[in-house]
Amino acid sequence: MVIDTLKCVGCSDCVVACQTENNVPIGYCRDWITETVDGSYPKVDIELKSERCNHCNNAPCVRCCPTGASHIVEGGIVLVTADECIGCGACIESCPYDARYQHPDGYVDKCTFCHHRIEKGELPACVSVCPTKCMYFGDLDDPNSQVSNLLKERKYKVLAPEAGTSPNIYYLIK
Amino acid sequence: MQEEIFISGRHLPKIDPFLEIWHWQISTYLFLGGLSAGILFFAALFYLLGKENDMKATIKTATIIAPLALIIGLGTLFIDLSHKLYFWRLYTTVRITSPMSWGAWVLLLITPLSILWVLSYSTEIFPSLNLKFSWLKNFQSFLIKNRKLMAIALIPLSIILGVYTGILLSAFNARPLWNNAILGPLFLTSGLSTGAASILLFSKSHFERKIMSKIDLALIFIELFLITHMLMGMYAGSQVQLEAMQILVSGDYTVMFFVFVIILGLLIPAVLELTELIGFKVPIIIPSLLVLMGGLIFRIVMINAGQLTRYLY
Repeated sequence: MVIDTLKCVGCSDCVVACQTENNVPIGYCRDWITETVDGSYPKVDIELKSERCNHCNNAPCVRCCPTGASHIVEGGIVLVTADECIGCGACIESCPYDARYQHPDGYVDKCTFCHHRIEKGELPACVSVCPTKCMYFGDLDDPNSQVSNLLKERKYKVLAPEAGTSPNIYYLIK
Repeated sequence: MQEEIFISGRHLPKIDPFLEIWHWQISTYLFLGGLSAGILFFAALFYLLGKENDMKATIKTATIIAPLALIIGLGTLFIDLSHKLYFWRLYTTVRITSPMSWGAWVLLLITPLSILWVLSYSTEIFPSLNLKFSWLKNFQSFLIKNRKLMAIALIPLSIILGVYTGILLSAFNARPLWNNAILGPLFLTSGLSTGAASILLFSKSHFERKIMSKIDLALIFIELFLITHMLMGMYAGSQVQLEAMQILVSGDYTVMFFVFVIILGLLIPAVLELTELIGFKVPIIIPSLLVLMGGLIFRIVMINAGQLTRYLY
C-alpha cells in the first residue's frame, strides 16, 4: 500500500469506512490518522497520514505467535485466525506500530487489508472511500503496477525502519 | 526543529497511551517459573553429584515448592489469556521462532516431572505419610529406581525454563527495554538465586547451608555483573534504548529498581551472606527473604517498565 502524505487531509473517512466494513467493535479501530507538526509559525510543516498494520515482510508478531494464529498469506498479508488465537498478547507486545488490539471477544484483531474484498477483486474499504484518492493499493512485486511506479517516481519513507520489520506501507513525501 | 505528533481516531483500550496487556500475572509467573527452575536444577545437580544424604533440603524437602509454584504459575498464565478456551492450540503446533511455544512445551514436561520427583521422595519428606494403595507403593519404587533418569532430564529442562523466562521478553524488538540478549542469562541467574534462597529456608544442616549460601553469593555477584552489562549495553545503544534506560535510571521505576532490586534484593543479602560465611551469626531467613523479594520486584519492574517503552507515538 502506498499513501500520499501530500494529498491526505486527515478527514478520518478511512477510519470510519474500516470500522463499518469490518464490524470493528465500538471503542476500537484498525486504522487511525496522525498529524505531525514540524517547526513553529511562520515556518510550519504539517504532515497528515493514515496509519495501520504494516503487513511487514519480517513480521515480529508472526515470529512471536506461539500457536501460528498470526500468519502471512499468499501475497504478503498478515492475518490472525481467531480460533487459533489464545489471547496471550505476545503479538501485541511485539508490534513496533502497536497496530493490534484485543477484541472484546478475546482474540487479537487488526487490519486485514480487507482480505475478503481483495479476494473478490475489490479495493480495501479505506482505499475505496478516500475522498482525495491519496491511497493506492496494489502488487509491489509487479514492477509495472501503479504502486511500483509511484515508488519509482516519488520520494517515500516507511515507519520505524530501524525496528527491522521491512514494513509494506510506503508514505510518499515531499 | 520541534516535532509534535497528534493522533486522531485512535483509542485502543489497554494499548494507548501505554501498553497494559501484561500485568501481575506475568510477573508472578516469571518469578515462580524462575524459582522452580532454580530449585529443580539444584536438586537434580546435587543428586547426580551423589549428595543425597548431605543435602536433604536441596534434594528432598525444598522440592515440594517446585510443583506448587509451577501449578500456581500456570494458573496465573491461564488467567492472563484473553481467549482462554483455545489454550490447547499451544499444543497442536511447535513454533521454533516463538519463545512462548518453547516455554509451553517445556512446562508440559517439567511440571509432571517435578510432581514425580516429589512423589519419589514423599515418604521421606512426610514420614507420617502412609501410601495406602499397593499400586502407589509400586509406582513409587519404580520412580525411585528411575531417579537418575529424572535428574538427567531435569537439568536441561530447568535451564531452558529459566532462560526462556528472559528470552520471552528479549524476543520483542518493539520494546527496547526488553530487547537485549542479556535478559535470558540474567533471568536464569536470578531464578537460580531465588531457588538457592528458598532452599536455604528449608535447610537444617550447617554443611548444606554453607554450600548453598556460597552458591547464592556467587549468583548474586553474577546477577549484579549482568545488570551492569544490560545498562551499559543500553547506554551504548540507539535512541529508543537510551530512552528505555531512562525509565530505570532516572524515571518512574528508578526507586523501585535501585532500592528494592539492587540494594535490598542484591547488595544487602550479599553483605549478610558474606558476614555469615566469615563466622558471624546472621539468621538465614533475612537474606533469603530479601533475595526472594528482590527477584519478584525485579520481574514486576521489568514487565511494567518494558511496556512503557515503544517506537512510535
